[in-house]
Amino acid sequence: MSVLVLIEHEAGVPKDASLSTVTAAGKLGEVHALVAGSGAEARQAADAAAKIAGVAKVLLADDAAYANMLAENVAPLVVDLAGGYDALLFNATSIGKNVAPRVAAMLDVMQVSDVLSVESADTFTRPIYAGNAIATVKSSDARKVLTVRGTAFPKAAATGGSASVESVSGKGDAGLSRFVGAEVSKSERPELTSAKVVVSGGRALGSSEDFHRVIDPLADKLGAAVGASRAAVDAGYAPNDYQVGQTGKIVAPEVYVAVGISGAIQHLAGMKDSKTIVAINKDEDAPIFQVADLGLVGDLFQIVPELTAKL
Amino acid sequence: MKILVPVKRVIDYNVKPRVKMDGTGVDLTNVKMSMNPFDEIAVEEAIRLKEKGAASEIVAVSVGPQKAQDTLRTALAMGADRAILIQTDDEVEPLGVAKLLKAVMDEEQPGIVLLGKQAIDDDSNQTGQMLAALSGRPQGTFASRLEVKGDQVEVTREVDGGLETVSLSLPAIVTTDLRLNEPRYASLPNIMKAKTKPMASKTPADYGVDIAPRLTTLKVEEPAKRQAGVKLGSVDELVAKLKDLGVAK
Repeated sequence: MSVLVLIEHEAGVPKDASLSTVTAAGKLGEVHALVAGSGAEARQAADAAAKIAGVAKVLLADDAAYANMLAENVAPLVVDLAGGYDALLFNATSIGKNVAPRVAAMLDVMQVSDVLSVESADTFTRPIYAGNAIATVKSSDARKVLTVRGTAFPKAAATGGSASVESVSGKGDAGLSRFVGAEVSKSERPELTSAKVVVSGGRALGSSEDFHRVIDPLADKLGAAVGASRAAVDAGYAPNDYQVGQTGKIVAPEVYVAVGISGAIQHLAGMKDSKTIVAINKDEDAPIFQVADLGLVGDLFQIVPELTAKL
Repeated sequence: MKILVPVKRVIDYNVKPRVKMDGTGVDLTNVKMSMNPFDEIAVEEAIRLKEKGAASEIVAVSVGPQKAQDTLRTALAMGADRAILIQTDDEVEPLGVAKLLKAVMDEEQPGIVLLGKQAIDDDSNQTGQMLAALSGRPQGTFASRLEVKGDQVEVTREVDGGLETVSLSLPAIVTTDLRLNEPRYASLPNIMKAKTKPMASKTPADYGVDIAPRLTTLKVEEPAKRQAGVKLGSVDELVAKLKDLGVAK
């Protein structure tokens, strides 16, 4: 059995989420990695993918049409390669979630989203109802299309492998869509979904100014990524890519510090697999304390600066 | 331009789902059901496009049981013009729904199909992308802004790294994210008016679509519960604990 993984990459480096997907793929069969992109960065990413432990072969599709991973262009590329594989795996990230269902429908396959565990070649577990239930599902499709939740699988080692890199070509630009631009949040901090420590702020921060004034210094002290609850994002205190929750990002750091977050189901679904949860909230009955390992009841505007100063 | 808005009847956003004791699924008996919140955002956006003059007619469509009529009536009360119920008591997977919607697209020839990025029951996040694939049209998923520009629609998408904007040739499929808009409440006169708006009733067989499921749910369980930990008395205690965890110097 062989399995194809669509590798996501940035600046020539495979993303951490893809390393987790390689681990999931390894449970199904021999892993081949597809790197789609444009120019030197794609070549660099393919060479890096060849070193990932457990990857047996790398397919490199180098075309300007793949530079921005537009689903209309990338999905046909994957579909053309699908014939040789029993399963196609994607990250459950904004790229994977965008491309995978397009691939699945083109192949007349019902995708399994957000895979948490591989039980056998055709049986997987996945969260439903915002993580309030875990379903075990068995697929009757001959070929599987899966998106994999990165936090549920350990990352494959980025080095140690020595796969060959083979060039493949697809149909290129499907002529349906055009990339206009991106507003990428630039940050010196670690990436939210792979950070060891995450400090998240909620609606209790009260304003964008206070959010950054209170949360950022603590995050800097802890070398942490910054997250936010949906309420804080909706209120405009933090940008959308900070959102931790079922419909935002799923994180599972060593330590998760929830500041002024009440702990709505939606938010808990995005962080309850964190190893240690620290909650700071003035309401001692807030649901966040039901999942927190360490709780501190009190005024965050007093506690957090004091904590930051003492660390 | 016509806009097609698929909507799904799901457990209400505020209800905590309970897993059935026998592990066959989530208990939905006597549970409040509502329109999927992301679909509500889609209905709202369609209405705004019509108010701006970019759209001429809004057709809401739902695949589900007889009761899904209520969900369609909500869409009509918000401002959709007419509705189509594709009635079935079977659970239809995203692939089946996408096939039915493709058949409706062929009949209705909408300029934009606007739907939620995911339903809050199965959390699949697939239907829009699958519909785009089956119809051979472009997809603007996780939209936080959209603007019709001639024969294109420009969609700003919420992606992991921030925001990304794409331009799609119409007809196109757009799936909504949370920040696209805040849906309106239907006014009482509009709720009354919705009762007389046309609602067609169809079945999957009318479209000749096979909706047999491909996935079998073997069991549904509650996730492992976390135990509540300890409440600390001071910041100093927290500092000490963080040092123990090795995250503070």
